[in-house]
Amino acid sequence: MRTINVTDLIPIVKQLCMEANCSLGKDVIAKIREFRAKENSPTGKEVLGILLENYKLAARDRMPICQDTGTAVFFVELGQDVQLTGGNFTEAIDEGVRQGYEAGYLRKSIVENPLFGRNNTNDNTPAVIHTTIVPGENIKITFAPKGGGAENMSAVKMLKPADGLAGVKDFVVDVVRRAGANPCPPIIVGVGIGGNFEECTLLSKKSLLRSLSEDNPDPQLAELERDLLQQINNLGIGPQGFGGNTTALAVHILSAPCHIASLPVAVNLQCHAARHKSVIL
Amino acid sequence: MPEIHLTTPLRDEDLEKLQIGDKVYLSGTIYTARDAAHQRLVELIEQEKPLPFDLKGQVIFYVGPAPTPPGKVIGSAGPTTSYRMDPYAPVLLAAGLKGMIGKGARSKAVIEAMQKYKAVYFAAIGGAAALISQSIKSAQVIAYEDLGPEAIRRLVVENFPCIVANDVRGNDIYRGFDYMGKK
Repeated sequence: MRTINVTDLIPIVKQLCMEANCSLGKDVIAKIREFRAKENSPTGKEVLGILLENYKLAARDRMPICQDTGTAVFFVELGQDVQLTGGNFTEAIDEGVRQGYEAGYLRKSIVENPLFGRNNTNDNTPAVIHTTIVPGENIKITFAPKGGGAENMSAVKMLKPADGLAGVKDFVVDVVRRAGANPCPPIIVGVGIGGNFEECTLLSKKSLLRSLSEDNPDPQLAELERDLLQQINNLGIGPQGFGGNTTALAVHILSAPCHIASLPVAVNLQCHAARHKSVIL
Repeated sequence: MPEIHLTTPLRDEDLEKLQIGDKVYLSGTIYTARDAAHQRLVELIEQEKPLPFDLKGQVIFYVGPAPTPPGKVIGSAGPTTSYRMDPYAPVLLAAGLKGMIGKGARSKAVIEAMQKYKAVYFAAIGGAAALISQSIKSAQVIAYEDLGPEAIRRLVVENFPCIVANDVRGNDIYRGFDYMGKK
């Protein structure tokens, strides 16, 4: 049994918030460069060049890549041999967010009540925390701030088993087509298939954490990802919706077993500023 | 793609020349507003009360900037998605607003109002927020400070880069796609 004091998490979370919002993963930058070389619209090419310039400037000046520094989403893998001491785990994460968003000059984008008042909490808390219990005595914390523009264009649908592969493909492509320029293309399309209503949405978000330089380890899903990416990039939406063949940089799929009556599918769209960062304690 | 330099306030003769796809560099004073500020502005217009700034000839940038770090005039400041302002935009256009800066397609009602009142919609690059902030030379909150990032700010910009997405003739750079925001 390993003991971890939750107050030790505060500076770690603070640092994660500040770093993830200002510097993008090398995998995303490499992917944008790769697509820029293949982009057939001059405007599209120019837009991708401007995005690359922005990432460089943001990293150099420690400025947020996007003013929308997002909902503070965390994926926590908590080792079952860890004993948390020294206070409330959730409050410690929120304190790290509070400190990171303040010290990093990151935008506070959370309202305390979705319907009544909509007053800003002024510290970007509460965070959205998804915790999984895993074997071992480590804690892995992944921070993935999620902007509102792409999140708003996401969708979930409970398909019939008879809808099958064709139904899944149609739904995914339709979500991207209807989203158009709104989620800030080029996007990453996160897809969750199976599970149930809530699990497929969580899978769709989790799928976005995979590096853009890695293929899906499941060969059937890897094939489906390539097929969907081709269909999506044939839509012609292009960078920022100005037309072109770079609408998505990747399609990522996670699947799970599901009920005999169901075929749940969720599509979580991620803007090009695909920010996430992890630490293992 | 032609490059055009414009200074605010915008005049009808400037706007009539613009076509979708034109690259425009805006200079002068512009104002920021997004969801919550729009709701308040439209309520004031409906109640025939004075607005915090005169809309005539002006441009509204749909942005909620990041906080200003030391040594800068503003934090990262890129456009937010415009369709959320569609329910309010026709009222502001009728009151004299001449330009909007955001990202993503507008509703049919907004495009018709732009034609009727001779106004344009400029697209800025979403997620290029650090870069865009460099064209902002001063920023001052002038109303609704309680809204935090959603407060109305008066910005002075120099060569703010954008693209004409809807012109005064009803053309649409995003045409051909069935956007959720279009009705």
